[in-house]
Amino acid sequence: MEVGRKMANMLGTEHDLNFKETELCLGLPGGIAVVAAGNETESSSSPKTNGKRGFSETVDLKLNLQSKESTMDLNKNLDDNGSKEKSGSAKDPAKPPAKAQVVGWPPVRSYRKNIMANQKNSSEESGNSGAALVKVSMDGAPYLRKVDLKMYKSYQELSDALAKMFSSFTMGNYGPQGMIDFMNESKLMDLLNSSDYVPSYEDKDGDWMLVGDVPWQMFVDSCKRLRIMKGSEAIGLAPRAMEKCKSRA
Amino acid sequence: MSEQMSDDDERQQSPPSDLDFTSNKARTCIVTGSVSGHTEFQSPYPDQVLENVLENVLHFLTSRRDRNTASLVCKSWYRVEALTRSELFIGNCYAVSPARATARFTRVRALHLKGRPRFADFNLMPPDWGAHFNPWVLAFAKACPWLEKVYLKRMSVTDDDLATLAESFLGFKELVLVCCDGFGTGGLSIFVSKCRKLKVLDLIESEVSDDETDWILCFPEGESHLESLIFDCVEYPINFEALERLVARSPSLKKLKLNRYVSIGQLYRLMVQAPQLTHLGTGSFSPSEIAGQGDQEPDYVTAFAACKSLVCLSGFREIIPDYLPAIYPICANLTSLNFSYANITAEQLKPIISNCHKLQVFWVLDSICDEGLQAVAATCKELRELRVFPVDAREDSDGPVSEVGFQAISEGCRKLQSILYFCQRMTNAAVIAMSRNCPDLVVFRLCIMGRHRPDHVTGEPMDDGFGAIVMNCKKLTRLAVSGLLTDKAFDYIGRYGKLVRTLSVAFAGDSDMALKYVLEGCPQLQKLEIRDSPFGDAALCSGLHHYYNMRFLWMSSCRLTYQGCQQIARAMPRLVVEVIRSADEEEMDVCVQTLYMYRSLEGPRNDAPKFVTIL
Repeated sequence: MEVGRKMANMLGTEHDLNFKETELCLGLPGGIAVVAAGNETESSSSPKTNGKRGFSETVDLKLNLQSKESTMDLNKNLDDNGSKEKSGSAKDPAKPPAKAQVVGWPPVRSYRKNIMANQKNSSEESGNSGAALVKVSMDGAPYLRKVDLKMYKSYQELSDALAKMFSSFTMGNYGPQGMIDFMNESKLMDLLNSSDYVPSYEDKDGDWMLVGDVPWQMFVDSCKRLRIMKGSEAIGLAPRAMEKCKSRA
Repeated sequence: MSEQMSDDDERQQSPPSDLDFTSNKARTCIVTGSVSGHTEFQSPYPDQVLENVLENVLHFLTSRRDRNTASLVCKSWYRVEALTRSELFIGNCYAVSPARATARFTRVRALHLKGRPRFADFNLMPPDWGAHFNPWVLAFAKACPWLEKVYLKRMSVTDDDLATLAESFLGFKELVLVCCDGFGTGGLSIFVSKCRKLKVLDLIESEVSDDETDWILCFPEGESHLESLIFDCVEYPINFEALERLVARSPSLKKLKLNRYVSIGQLYRLMVQAPQLTHLGTGSFSPSEIAGQGDQEPDYVTAFAACKSLVCLSGFREIIPDYLPAIYPICANLTSLNFSYANITAEQLKPIISNCHKLQVFWVLDSICDEGLQAVAATCKELRELRVFPVDAREDSDGPVSEVGFQAISEGCRKLQSILYFCQRMTNAAVIAMSRNCPDLVVFRLCIMGRHRPDHVTGEPMDDGFGAIVMNCKKLTRLAVSGLLTDKAFDYIGRYGKLVRTLSVAFAGDSDMALKYVLEGCPQLQKLEIRDSPFGDAALCSGLHHYYNMRFLWMSSCRLTYQGCQQIARAMPRLVVEVIRSADEEEMDVCVQTLYMYRSLEGPRNDAPKFVTIL
């Protein structure tokens, strides 16, 4: 798992990212341990993220909103008449050799086969091998956008893309201060008290987090939705992140 | 089912009262009875009184088997039974002609017809083989205009037929089409617009073509009598606003099954209008693509909780599992749950199924794995019917379910009556275990998807497993076998499967003996479908004594020859022996690709396509 990422520009600092990263290391639910590669700082095991909270005032968490997976190609015609490749199956060698393709076997109605094939394709598209589309909303903007997180390799790239997407609304505030320096509490609180925008995301558990708290790849895997909100609104997210940060110090 | 004649709509002609229908003409008691019956008025004779009494009594007889028996007692009983039969079931639409049926049964209110053989579902027969509804609807329109209900399975129905239904039967109430085709949204539009009394429109696994007409909008304005609307198989978007208005003005609506073009947000809106629903098909169960800014999602949990009568849940066509918790409130009431289009894992299933204590019918995908089945077994003690479908229906794919889940089910769900199980591997031990644990089994259909696959632990054929099923499950009437099977398995079936009525065989057996065992041993056998098994003409001949008792025999890719089939055709004049080739084959081969034969009163049908030869 890629653990290095450059946040220098965004943070406006010259921090060594690996160091920063091991400080944070909020594990994914299930407690995946992240080891900083080639780095002498401690590897952090990640406890179950039961400390995650925040945002409950502003988002209805009951519903576990999830971004819709990529559009299925509903017109895919996959009626293949049940003919299948016959690969080596456990067979009595005395039996005559099987036909290469068998019509109508197994006896699943084409209707059902087609439906499942359509569904499978859609989930493959949005699974690990495909795109990671998430909805991005920005407070005050009248529409949603969608981004494919797999298109970016770092928070910087994502940040640039978002800035372009919502440029008409940022009023120039979303930029260098857009990504959060979790290490520096005072800077963080300044940011959150300002009218600058900060990005937050909803993770697999349905909790809303500040973007930038986990390594990039981990973020891509767990991010379900993005919301760009005013710093002052994101205050609720910050304290937990700060606590975690401190608890690892 | 006792039908009151006086309740008919005044516009509808009532069937003739029996007092007018006196006839001293003899009628033969056998089924090939003559069609006479002109009425003439005569003063009542002593037998008339008896017939009136008989009529009142026979009204109460509902089972068609009992009715068939009663009709054989004597001419008088035959006549009266025919007058009092209100529900007519015809298991093979070619066994009897519409004219004959309408002549004998003049007061039918409900017609149930079955057409194509089941193996046609698996592309084993070219399309346009037959089973047209058209001659039936025309005959009934003339002779039986008080018909109210039609149930069709595997038949071809055209838009014109739907129009005829709506126009000729003024009190028409129920239409159920299962695995049918030949019609489109245009036909549906005409039908719903003209059927003012419609209570039930159920389209189940049927193919509906898109004529780009808004059929939902065609339901007449004003209060509707709709009790059931099932259209989950319609693969085109529908007018949701019109549907919403329809649901709002259908206070009697109990069953609603939506197609996958209805999003979960739209489902919510419908549920709020119809908390009285007992059967719900949820549609896609995912949000639509168009998302508003700051979408406030509705409270799905409350919507489900409000449906206190909901007992049957299905749909989930494009499920986003995150929404599953919405159904928690109703799990405890569910008796039927169909997840067979929901690609969910064991972990996603468990919180649901652990609350479904009353569940009797459960359809699911094998994506839940053995672990999911274990969870089902742990909770669903009332389970009667289980169907496990494959996500990946191929022979050589990974099998997420196996004998482990199978055995768990047998141990946990002792009341099981019906099972359909697709898997990649199985053991005799597990099948034997189920035969002992679930003695109430009536339907046992095991599909080991790899052809000729033996017990994967012992390497033995699956004979003993299926043998145990027929031996121990004394109520078994329907059996489908698979895996590596020798003649021994069929010996068991012939010896112990005395109640078996339907048998499905594929890629099984060693020799003609296998088929002989079955044809000689199973007196109740009515439907036999066989594919790709080494049975030849000699085996076919061994069933001559029995074929008139059967509804049909299907044999494809076996070892039959024209000569053999011709022999049968000559020996049995009331059998229609159809030899079906694939559509592109011009020449008649020595070997028969597909034999489909069935008893019939009518002789060869006149609507057979080119690829069918009737011997």
